[in-house]
Amino acid sequence: MSVLTGIGEFLVLFGTVFYFISTLGLIRMPDVYNRMQTATKSVTLGSLSTIIGVGLWAVGEGFSIAWLTKTIVIAVFLLLTNPISAHALIRGAYKSGIPLWEGSVVDKYKEHLEGKEGEE
Amino acid sequence: MTEASRLSRYLYTLIIVFIIWLFLTASLDPQELAMGLIFSAIVAAFTYEIFTTRGLSNLHPRRVAYAIAYVPYFLWAMIKANLDVAYRVLHPKRPINPGIVECKTTLRNEVGKLALANSITLTPGTITLDIDGDRYFIHWIDVKDKSVEGASEHITRPFEKFLKVIFE
Repeated sequence: MSVLTGIGEFLVLFGTVFYFISTLGLIRMPDVYNRMQTATKSVTLGSLSTIIGVGLWAVGEGFSIAWLTKTIVIAVFLLLTNPISAHALIRGAYKSGIPLWEGSVVDKYKEHLEGKEGEE
Repeated sequence: MTEASRLSRYLYTLIIVFIIWLFLTASLDPQELAMGLIFSAIVAAFTYEIFTTRGLSNLHPRRVAYAIAYVPYFLWAMIKANLDVAYRVLHPKRPINPGIVECKTTLRNEVGKLALANSITLTPGTITLDIDGDRYFIHWIDVKDKSVEGASEHITRPFEKFLKVIFE
């Protein structure tokens, strides 16, 4: 067992913990917007660390370096596309009229939309 | 923002596509490199018009250095964000104080705005809801400041100083 294997195993464990927290957040949070918060962030970091961890682990176990470079490509792709899908989902939720949680303190976006309608 | 020449845009796309090919094959065999170069040239010929507007000036050393420095800074912000989210999820009282705030940005470049929106989505307790010109509408899980200036100070400032150099 080499150092790389150890780091890889640690990263995979770290990632799965954040996967678990993200699922827990889906159950515990009150509305769709707060659920998107936990779902996006924890899943992205969890995936990054799991994927890179698998690459390091494979290299440490004596497989070829191709494992690591491929996992890096996948991780960068996820990092760039995940926030965009979250943005599309949360904007779609707002446009289809899902209300904010009653504990929410401020809604500048509504004021902005109303101001725009007033102009037209 | 002046547009770069077609050749420079084509070469930039070719370089990026070829780097991705290198990572995917993970091999320096001359046959693989030759095939990769041919395929990159074909793909770049089809896509360079939508891929970039500035061409090779994207590879200015100052920009590349800032982009490399941005990676650890961003990853650290992301880890902090996740520990924060974990705390809010696991705490029995669920200490959230959500709302939608407005921010202003000083970035002008469209790609820079996209990068800023992505950075906001992945860092502490914020998620981008809509962008209209230079106004960002952000769902913040723990609203500390309702005004436009205060929210910008908390959310967008830390990233802008990097993204300004990289994309402007």
